[in-house]
Amino acid sequence: MSDTTSVHLGTTEAQFGDYLALLKPRVMALVVFTAFVGLLAAPVAVHPFVGMVSVLFIAVGGGASGALNMWWDADIDRVMKRTRNRPIPAGLVAPEEAKALGFALSGFSVVMLGLAANWFAAGFLAFTIFFYVAIYTMWLKRSTPQNIVIGGAAGAFPPMIGWAVATGGVSVEGLLMFALIFMWTPPHFWALALFMGDDYDNADVPMLTVTHGRRATRVYILVYTVILALIAIGAGFSAIGGVIYLVTALLLNIWFVIGAVKIWRRSEADSAADQFLVERKFFKLSLFYLFSLFVAILVEAGLDRYGIEGLL
Amino acid sequence: MSFRPDHELHKRRFGRNMGVGLVLVAFVAIVFGLTVVKVTNGDFGRAAAEVQG
Repeated sequence: MSDTTSVHLGTTEAQFGDYLALLKPRVMALVVFTAFVGLLAAPVAVHPFVGMVSVLFIAVGGGASGALNMWWDADIDRVMKRTRNRPIPAGLVAPEEAKALGFALSGFSVVMLGLAANWFAAGFLAFTIFFYVAIYTMWLKRSTPQNIVIGGAAGAFPPMIGWAVATGGVSVEGLLMFALIFMWTPPHFWALALFMGDDYDNADVPMLTVTHGRRATRVYILVYTVILALIAIGAGFSAIGGVIYLVTALLLNIWFVIGAVKIWRRSEADSAADQFLVERKFFKLSLFYLFSLFVAILVEAGLDRYGIEGLL
Repeated sequence: MSFRPDHELHKRRFGRNMGVGLVLVAFVAIVFGLTVVKVTNGDFGRAAAEVQG
């Protein structure tokens, strides 16, 4: 039997990289970055090694929930163009293997975070995994068009967990970082849904574009982007903000709102004519937006720590 | 006497085994590092004092 045939029959031995792909490395990168910012923005210093391994275990927890998501959603992933090359639909990893890896890494990451940092942060990580897998993946994703809105909370928890690693608790600043990612998630995914065509429709996922139509999705993107801008600029006046953050947030949010207005003003014919160029640009901008906003928080934390903030 | 040549299966599994091996080595290094940091920072001493009241 040739390798090509065996891939389709699901009998090829999975490589290390296939198991790594189950952990959604790109999502893990976002988790690592935002948890790292949450950790450094906290007013309590953590030993660098403890901080580093804590962020690593938070990332492993995020990866574990990704594996459990792929196990549960294998039927959807097989239908959607964007996901059909993932390890399970591609026949590289068996669903049961993904399930076992997901559960094992979940327990492992929570226990190790508890031992490395504190048990509050570990409990928070356990709750995040539960929220992403049980609340979002198993329940909301297939039942409500608000799936992305509520499910987005799971992706918004990492900076709060990073903060909890340092302080052992939660605070207004942690909640603001949570709110930034929470409000950013819907416009980010709805822009993707607009240019992914009928992918979600084919998979029977009640995405907003399917249940409320594409016109309503454009309106929702604008509304959420405006609320996000208010929160992002408002955060500039809290302890995580400062002059650099405020200037960055102002520029980014003006840019982001302009992008959302462009999406709102477009008709489907306009979008089809240029193959969703504006929607694609907005999606890419959303990635740059979140990254830059958290870099600004990181810079403010650094300036604060070294006593430079007062000079600006 | 010569060793039998590797079966094709072993060649395919080599990368996977190597990956798992590196992960395990990294894990041992992390646990060792954490132990050193916690002992030198006196975390265990403080925990023991809390238990004794």
